[in-house]
Amino acid sequence: MITVSHYLTLSSVLFILSIAGIFLNRKNVILLLMCIELMLLAVNFNFITLSRFLGDAAGQVFVFFILTVAAAESAIGLAILVVLFRSRKNIEVESLDSMKG
Amino acid sequence: MEALIFYFFGSVLLLAGIGVIIARNPVHSAMSLVLAFVTSAFLWMLLEAEFLAIVLVLVYVGAVMVLFLFVVMMLDVNVERNRAGFTRYAPLGIGLVMLIVGMLGYVVWARTQEMNFLQAPPRAAADFSNTEALGSQLYTVYVYPFELAAVILLVAIVAAISLTMRRRPGLKVQDVARQVAVRREDRVRIVSMESDKES
Amino acid sequence: MESLYLSIVLAPLLAAVIAGLAGRLVGRAGAHTVTILGVAVSFGLSVYVLLGLLDGSIQVYNDTVYVWGISDGVRMEVGFLVDRLSALMMTVVTFVSLMVHIYTIGYMKDDPGYQRFFSYISLFTFAMLMLVMSNNFLQLFFGWEAVGVVSYLLIGFWFKRPSAVHANLKAFLVNRVGDFGFLLGIAAVLYFTNSLDYQEVFAAAPALQGITIEVFDGHAWSALSLICILLFVGAMGKSAQVPLHVWLPDSMEGPTPISALIHAATMVTAGIFMVARMSPLFELSLTALSVVLVIGATTALFMGLLGLVQNDIKRVVAYSTLSQLGYMTVALGVSAHAAGIFHLMTHAFFKALLFLAAGSVIIAMHHEQDMRKMGGLRKYMPITYWTALIGSLALIGFPGSSGFFSKDAIIEAVHFASIPGAGYAYVCVLSGVFVTALYTFRMMFLVFHGKERMDAHTREHLRESPWVVTLPLILLAIPSVVIGWLTEETILFKNYFDGAIQVLPSHDVLAELGQHGTTPAYFLIHGLLAPPFLLAVAGVGLAWYLYLRRPEIPARLASRFAVPYRWLVNKYYFDDFNEKVLAPATRALGQRLWRTGDETLIDGAMVNGSARIVGWLSGAVSRVQTGYLYHYAFAMIIGLAAMLGWLLLES
Repeated sequence: MITVSHYLTLSSVLFILSIAGIFLNRKNVILLLMCIELMLLAVNFNFITLSRFLGDAAGQVFVFFILTVAAAESAIGLAILVVLFRSRKNIEVESLDSMKG
Repeated sequence: MEALIFYFFGSVLLLAGIGVIIARNPVHSAMSLVLAFVTSAFLWMLLEAEFLAIVLVLVYVGAVMVLFLFVVMMLDVNVERNRAGFTRYAPLGIGLVMLIVGMLGYVVWARTQEMNFLQAPPRAAADFSNTEALGSQLYTVYVYPFELAAVILLVAIVAAISLTMRRRPGLKVQDVARQVAVRREDRVRIVSMESDKES
Repeated sequence: MESLYLSIVLAPLLAAVIAGLAGRLVGRAGAHTVTILGVAVSFGLSVYVLLGLLDGSIQVYNDTVYVWGISDGVRMEVGFLVDRLSALMMTVVTFVSLMVHIYTIGYMKDDPGYQRFFSYISLFTFAMLMLVMSNNFLQLFFGWEAVGVVSYLLIGFWFKRPSAVHANLKAFLVNRVGDFGFLLGIAAVLYFTNSLDYQEVFAAAPALQGITIEVFDGHAWSALSLICILLFVGAMGKSAQVPLHVWLPDSMEGPTPISALIHAATMVTAGIFMVARMSPLFELSLTALSVVLVIGATTALFMGLLGLVQNDIKRVVAYSTLSQLGYMTVALGVSAHAAGIFHLMTHAFFKALLFLAAGSVIIAMHHEQDMRKMGGLRKYMPITYWTALIGSLALIGFPGSSGFFSKDAIIEAVHFASIPGAGYAYVCVLSGVFVTALYTFRMMFLVFHGKERMDAHTREHLRESPWVVTLPLILLAIPSVVIGWLTEETILFKNYFDGAIQVLPSHDVLAELGQHGTTPAYFLIHGLLAPPFLLAVAGVGLAWYLYLRRPEIPARLASRFAVPYRWLVNKYYFDDFNEKVLAPATRALGQRLWRTGDETLIDGAMVNGSARIVGWLSGAVSRVQTGYLYHYAFAMIIGLAAMLGWLLLES
């Protein structure tokens, strides 16, 4: 029998994987963005699971909005990356330090 | 049957997640991410979120991930140097990840045992439409957030376009506004000069 | 009625503004016409109000004209309280002011600051009227400070003279000391009663006294005594009581009309007026009354003594002013407020007269003020002489003159009084009479009689002053003679100030005095036999002997009694004390406070210190802003872990 715990475990493992991904990737900003997508997927998983087990459609509505925002975010993020690449010829995370205080 | 599906797609999902973070080539990462999305969509189906599962596949796999792949391939990233400098923060990062693992594990395992009274409701009838249920919620209770989401998407479109659009120097295009606004003085120069005498 | 009172106050202000701001436009004649007109309007209306109040056709007016602020229930307003006390003051102020305005036309004839001067004195009239007509402490304070400012401006009117600038600075600083006390007093009133309105405060006063009964035999002061003494400190500054009197003699650096208007007749009596107005408070505090009494008595006698050794004609009159202010204060101290106000009124007339007469002499002597260079002026300036004589007789309290009635009433009131210090005060005021007579007639004899000691050039040009100068003299001489006869009984004994001044029955020395007889005639007969008259006559006689009959004696006396003489010449070393002890001590304290409080603590630790801390902190924080994305992500994840941990610990 698959209980709510199974799903939650799955999503938290996914979440931890994405955190580890952010740490592991020091070079490529696109990978950071992908990890964020993965993280959002884990969160969505939680929402949908609990929506199902609580029998409340509001969770799914939330996921809908999160998907919207995530799509917008990745579109803009990638656009920024393109502009960045054009001006600096690389997208290494470590070379992006012009915001240094 | 349900357990079988869950374990199968669950393990594929986790493997895909691992693939995302350890692949050397960003293209491989992106492909793994696509796989993760697709398997998630199956699992969401299992959770009776059919509409969102389809949206995930259509929007994410179809649009967003294609965008990712496009960008990854367009930006020619040096694959070899991707791992350099990783070890410096690794102990701290690993420690932190372990901490979060511990806490999440505690929450999920120790605490959700109490939550297991939450039994899944019986499966919906075959003619139940998840899309309709979600739609009726979206267009009544959440109509303003829904409109807001639309605006956010619009803003994202405009922002993405305005960020990446550029005018290359030397591009030959028609500028209708300038053509209309042109005046005689811009084009014709009247020069007064001595007439040459024919001798 | 509101518009009537407003026009009384605003007419001089308007005139002052016109003469001051458009002085060049309206010219000399325009300036004095418009200001005299303004003050004349005020005077006329004041007389109308006074007469109306007397015959009952006008009721006592107490109302708010304008509320300019309400803070925490405390109303700050402009309001008028016009009862018989303020009406009397208004009439006196505007009358003397009018006389001075007219007189100034002659006195300041050749001065380049003609319009400025008229603007100032009109402004002064406005401020003084605001002071006396006020119905709350805030407006009183406004008037108080406004007359102070005008006084400052006018003492330093000839601002090119270093001595004038020094004198006005001194007046300002000494008054600050008094005003500080006054302000504290007002603050105490506000603190204890939560109101600034006279009537509300007076209504609350008995309750305050109730609180303080136990305090009387304890060690602390009662609230009421504290309020009264603080207010009286203000009065000491403005009315030049010992030890805050030092500014008044120096204020004679100002033009003579100013000395007459501000530093003799009106402004310096503001303190007296204020204490009389606050009588419902002072009456409840025996301590405060005793303080008032002792300080007044000291001023009355010892400032008079100083007048004996002065050679500057205006300074003699100035010291006599100090002494007379002491008399008024004594009257307030023994609860004979009516007598104090009565003396204030008569004094305003005869002292303004004396000052203006002195000014007339000074004009004739080409601005020479040293009495040793005068003498025998009687035959050159008969009008000035006779009016000055009238003023002098009034000053020494010659029977029948206005000063006689008021001063005698005060002396008798002190005689009947029984509060602590009354005995000392009685001795002081009695000997004061003798001293007053002595220095007044010393001045008269030195100036108008005896040998002509001026140089030949001055003597050639000696002549009587023009009519604009002598007219005010005559107009002031008339009330100096008759005002006592006309008003003595009404003011002193017929409950004239009913409602405006409050006297406890146990303190009511005037009522006691009234049991013996109230009419001027009774006073006259009684006065002829009483010690004050004998002392005055003795004083005049001694002055005649020393300065007319045997003029060589005073010098010999001075050398014989060198030590007391030096004390007198140096004015009891008050100035030296202030300059050598108080000022350096204050400066040292200020220096210390500046160094430790300002430079080290505020500038060093707080201003620069906080800036340094911010700089240091931001330096430290800016190192956190590495600009690397993964550092920020890392920070976010740390935050996530912390929040998760917190959530776990919470549940």
